Amino acid sequence: MSKKKTSKMVLMQGNEAIARGALAAGLNFFAGYPITPSTEIAEILSVELPKNNGSFIQMEDEIASISAIIGASLAGAKTMTATSGPGFSLMQEGIGFAKMTETPCVVVNVMRGGPSTGLPTKPSQADIMQSRWGSHGDNPAIVLYPNSVLESYELAIRAINLAEKYRTCVVLLSDEVLGHMREAITLPDLSKVKIVQRIKPNVPPEWYKHYPDKQKYRTPVASYGEGYRFHVTGLAHDSYGYPTNKSSEVGVMMERLKKKITHHVDDLIQLESFMMEDAKIALFSAGIISRAAKEAVVLARRHGIKVGLLRPLTIWPFPEEAIRKYFANIKTIIVPELNQGQLILQLKRSLQDISDHRHRNIIPMQKNNGLLINPEEIFKKIKEVR
Amino acid sequence: MTPNNKTFKNELRLSGSGGQGLITAGIILAKAAVIDRLNVTQTQSYGPESRGGASRADVIISNTDFYYPEATNFDILLTLTQEACDKYVVNLKSNGILIADNTQVKSIPLVEAKVYEYPFTDIAIKKLGTALPTNIMSLGFLVKITNIVSEKSLKEAVKNSVKSQYVDLNMKALRLGFKLAEDNMKNKEKK
Repeated sequence: MSKKKTSKMVLMQGNEAIARGALAAGLNFFAGYPITPSTEIAEILSVELPKNNGSFIQMEDEIASISAIIGASLAGAKTMTATSGPGFSLMQEGIGFAKMTETPCVVVNVMRGGPSTGLPTKPSQADIMQSRWGSHGDNPAIVLYPNSVLESYELAIRAINLAEKYRTCVVLLSDEVLGHMREAITLPDLSKVKIVQRIKPNVPPEWYKHYPDKQKYRTPVASYGEGYRFHVTGLAHDSYGYPTNKSSEVGVMMERLKKKITHHVDDLIQLESFMMEDAKIALFSAGIISRAAKEAVVLARRHGIKVGLLRPLTIWPFPEEAIRKYFANIKTIIVPELNQGQLILQLKRSLQDISDHRHRNIIPMQKNNGLLINPEEIFKKIKEVR
Repeated sequence: MTPNNKTFKNELRLSGSGGQGLITAGIILAKAAVIDRLNVTQTQSYGPESRGGASRADVIISNTDFYYPEATNFDILLTLTQEACDKYVVNLKSNGILIADNTQVKSIPLVEAKVYEYPFTDIAIKKLGTALPTNIMSLGFLVKITNIVSEKSLKEAVKNSVKSQYVDLNMKALRLGFKLAEDNMKNKEKK
């Protein structure tokens, strides 16, 4: 939500903000198979990318789309695709491949009702877990989820930056309401926005290793066509990229994939806390539903009830440490979400070994009929549990 | 914002069926609010079909911060179909305004809110030869009656939003909407 009313204010849609944010971060290749409610992202980029020396390609399906952005990224492009639940399911194999081969790319998932083709034009938040565990095998995950049009723009920039910085596939979540809603926003001054570029190798080609063999995460990386020779495979590989079964090499690779996330949690985590300072009851909510939660906090405060909101902008890695700090003395937490209980599951896991956890009341509030949870419903729940 | 300026938050729902241009009308209204430098969100709900089915656009316009983007209790409800009218009128505030197109809304529910009924669709067909700009005509009426955005900004928003070959038609529809509202207000003065 824009706070300053300036003449530079524009009315922008959430999906458009994602497309424009990605362009601002240097996106120059998009491959996709348009699907409601993400279609506008592809639509806008099909016009804007060619104008900015970039490429847009509509692929035959989502499997081809994720494959195309991985290939283009290996050739040096900053890449993205956009989809919704059904397409996100199809992309899971490719997402795992991008993570295993440490190929930067961004997958936008504008969540709609599921399972299967479900509710194309209605919102949900039911891919919170799929965005973490959808691809097989232990794999690192960076997943961001904005709650406004301005934040969609900002987190699209951040998603591209993090993908490049950590050489991985970053998922940017949105939902049907957020993707389609329009808000008056003032775009940030781009000269002040940091854009991450890949570090290029300066060793002779025969010395080049595509993957570091130590616990480093940010190392020079060559693109195809630059004179460097490297192998890319989804198989476990050595530092040159060739398949290996040696437990010593596999162990190093798997540990590094994990630690490049777990050692940089501080860099990855973003949280918003709203009126938590003196809160007796906390709401924990993300994305579009956090907008209802924030309004419910204002409503409750007006009635003298001390309620606060904690909102993760980074869903994965889950902001466990921060949550434990914020909720240390909170006995009642309400978790409104548009699914059958995904955020709440992870919240309970994060708090379970705090000594007096069993005295804590973590209350689910869920909806999956295509409608939003509104502020009055949350306020009613607050009054019930206080 | 000066401290003695009153804060306001107007929640609007524009409702009818898919293809009537209600989401377009919502976007245009939101654009006008931006020109007036107000805070605004516009959301929508529609089915998977491109025509038919229930469709609605919500616009919230305020001079202060707000968070939840969908209209829950409406200050203003525009309905172009009976189904939409029956469904949403329960959430219209008692001091709100109901604007109904009685081309299709044949039975206006009994409400405390102020009611305006006009056959917008019929008027558009009769005066403009097409039902297409009914959305803009009723939006013009709504804005003239309620003043939620300035007429000047609305005109600018319409011009910036429709394809060039349809600007004239839509501006005519807009003026027609303004005129209906003016006549309505004049009649009230006479009474």
